[in-house]
Amino acid sequence: MNEHEQERIEQLLKKSLPPVGTRVGAELRRDLWPAMLKRLEARPTAVPWFDWALLAAVAAWLVFSPGTIPVLLYHL
Amino acid sequence: MPVLEQPSDALRQFCHGDLDAFEALFRQHQGEVYGWIVRIVRDPAAAEDLTVETFWRIYRARTRFDSTRSFGPWTRRIATNAALGHLKTARNETELPDDLASPPLPDPGISEELRRKTACAFQRLPPKLQVTATLALIEEQPYKEISESLGISLGAVKLRVFRALRLLRKELKKQGIEP
Repeated sequence: MNEHEQERIEQLLKKSLPPVGTRVGAELRRDLWPAMLKRLEARPTAVPWFDWALLAAVAAWLVFSPGTIPVLLYHL
Repeated sequence: MPVLEQPSDALRQFCHGDLDAFEALFRQHQGEVYGWIVRIVRDPAAAEDLTVETFWRIYRARTRFDSTRSFGPWTRRIATNAALGHLKTARNETELPDDLASPPLPDPGISEELRRKTACAFQRLPPKLQVTATLALIEEQPYKEISESLGISLGAVKLRVFRALRLLRKELKKQGIEP
């Protein structure tokens, strides 16, 4: 790709997608602190019981059949 | 985006989990962080959510922040990562938001169809290239700032811009457009 072509694509891009920095909507219109507080107060997502059961099953399987560890790693 | 500078006391308090110090930082910088993100994602609603997400990540990572260093580049990097993650997940779900809330101004030098095709081709670029090209070519941000916000070298920024243009040309040619 030569320099001239590069410049033409750049121009096309600028005309197609004008910069948002100076446009309406580029400035924050409301205070986001209430949303931030809500996020901070939200409880962390609990891990479902099924995931714990699955983890325990895999751990037990690995303890009793350590020979399968390379097979498991291969498939991960 | 101007460099965000903070008195080190406020930053130290924030690092120790002081919610008041965090609120002060948030209120002071939410506009700048939003302004940076909206340039990348070009969607005000998504940019608001990502601003909160960015500060949430900042709050969680507060113990890793070195209060003797500048708050600005660190914040910008987290904001850029959040925006990049959004583009990665959203690219298959939604169309590229055209131009914020207002319709694009008609450009006599370009037809609506060509504008739409170029925007679609740009949207299909890999997110990392898309973000770099957006900041460098459309928003005309300094390369140094872009390299800091993406955590890559200046050379890597230039390479990504070049690759983005090359892929864009290829995509446009596929659609029968000779740039």
